[in-house]
Amino acid sequence: MVGEAVERDVRGARFLFSRYQLLKVGRSLSLLVLLIVGAVVMALPFCWLLSTSLKEDSQVWLFPPEWIPNPIAWRNYIDALTIFPFHIYFKNTFTITFLSVLGILLSSSFCAYGFARLRFPGRDFIFMIVLSTMMLPPIVLLIPQFIMFKYLGWVNTFRPLIVPAYFGGGAFNIFLLRQFFRAIPGELTDAARIDGCSELGVYWKIILPLSKPALTAVVIFAFLGHWNDFLGPLIYINSPEKFTVSLGLASFMDVYTTKWNFLMAASTVTITPVLILFFSAQRYFIRGVILTGLKG
Amino acid sequence: MRLSLRHKEAVWGYFFISPVILGLIIFTLGPILGALWLSFMRWDIFTPPKLVWLGNFKDIFFEDNLFPKSLWVTTYYVLGSVPVRMVLAFLLAMLLNTGIKGMSFFRTVYYLPSIVPAVANAVLWVWIFNVEFGLANVLLSRLHIPKLLWLQSEELVIPSLIIMSAWGIGQPMVIFLAGLQNIPIQLYEAADVDGANWWSKFWHITIPMMSPIIFFNFVLNIIYTFQVFSAGYLMTDGGPNNASLFYVLYIYRHTFQWLELGYGAALAWVLFVIILVITLLIFRYLGGRVYYEEAV
Repeated sequence: MVGEAVERDVRGARFLFSRYQLLKVGRSLSLLVLLIVGAVVMALPFCWLLSTSLKEDSQVWLFPPEWIPNPIAWRNYIDALTIFPFHIYFKNTFTITFLSVLGILLSSSFCAYGFARLRFPGRDFIFMIVLSTMMLPPIVLLIPQFIMFKYLGWVNTFRPLIVPAYFGGGAFNIFLLRQFFRAIPGELTDAARIDGCSELGVYWKIILPLSKPALTAVVIFAFLGHWNDFLGPLIYINSPEKFTVSLGLASFMDVYTTKWNFLMAASTVTITPVLILFFSAQRYFIRGVILTGLKG
Repeated sequence: MRLSLRHKEAVWGYFFISPVILGLIIFTLGPILGALWLSFMRWDIFTPPKLVWLGNFKDIFFEDNLFPKSLWVTTYYVLGSVPVRMVLAFLLAMLLNTGIKGMSFFRTVYYLPSIVPAVANAVLWVWIFNVEFGLANVLLSRLHIPKLLWLQSEELVIPSLIIMSAWGIGQPMVIFLAGLQNIPIQLYEAADVDGANWWSKFWHITIPMMSPIIFFNFVLNIIYTFQVFSAGYLMTDGGPNNASLFYVLYIYRHTFQWLELGYGAALAWVLFVIILVITLLIFRYLGGRVYYEEAV
């Protein structure tokens, strides 16, 4: 009698257990399916971009379209990049981006050191003012800045796009680095000071080398911001030989409105440096986004 | 001795933050006041400016038909885009946070679209929304739905751009995901012991714990989305029939195409005040609902 009951219970439990497992497997399977569907939707525009960029003219105008071009027109890339002098645009964009990122890196870490590790009257008040500028719509500042740069004779040079980076490097970057600098133990900097290190030395030899992850995040976002910027170059740059990649692509779109294979090839080339940066620094990238988003 | 040390530290402090102080004065405070001064002027940059006092504002509020139009278009876009992006990003983050295998792979795929440069993004989506051969209508034809006019229809142009904006939700998604991963697992375990179901765990643990992050992202997204420019400028030129005349595009036209710098500055100031009021309202009415952990 007792044995029978036990056996029944065990069988019941086993049944329940397998039902639970089945449910669990089913749940994670449906999750996986959802995630894959989402990934396909996200990837579809990229596939469309690549596919069109490798089509011959006649294949572009097919309905319904073929996803795998036949033949594959690699020539589009060469043609698109030679019709418009993209190598000049790339050189310009690299120059602007490199110089601004350098400015942001030096300037924001310099200011962040002052806010994070030194005490002086009005420090927190000034910091709050710096932070509050993040809420300011840039468009309000744009028109007077444009007039200012016009009077300086800087319109149609790279200077309006580079020089501001050296004055603080953005409230957001200062904020990010200040948080990071504050977490560095005071013993390290005190020891250096006792050894006769000046504040400049502490900043350069102790703080900066210890802050590589945060500095990398700043570099990545500054790079993206300047590489992808459109409004700035649109307003300040007029002559085609000074165009950035974004401006070049925009004017390419104006001229070759229907050459979709060329346009897609040129777009792919524009996206590539950003993708390379992303994949080579993915870890820092994600951590940077998290740092910037969570600490608010 | 002690005083002079403190004195020295203060001098160093001001020295370190001097770049951002200069930047604040030259590139922020000066231009804000400059924009205010400009908004009382009529000026085409070539002839001397003419003082019109509140004339620009009178024109904006009482004469200019495109002012309410562009404000409405922008608000419509913000009301559509921000909730769609936030909800989608949150759902994706929840899906990714289920401990499923290949999380970092999916995270990468979902994140990638958000680093595509604005101009390349615009070129790609104009092609996707192409009426005859674009991907959007190709997909609809698979479902036997007739072709839609997308960007060329007054009714559909903003919804189309909202769909486009939903493609680049990587940033908030990664932030949400990190936030979800920071919620202590003990909270859920305790709820399990009490027999809470999925919904009540979601409602009573996940949402309150995430509320500071949701709030922060929500505010920043609204401020940022109000300044949408490149989609209108590059993809639709504000059309058809001004149905995508975003506010910043309207400012751009007045300022840089028609050289009405005073009018543009006045428009920019109006936008500044609108964004400020909205931000304050959000803080006033939603800020109180945010749950903050005890400060450590």
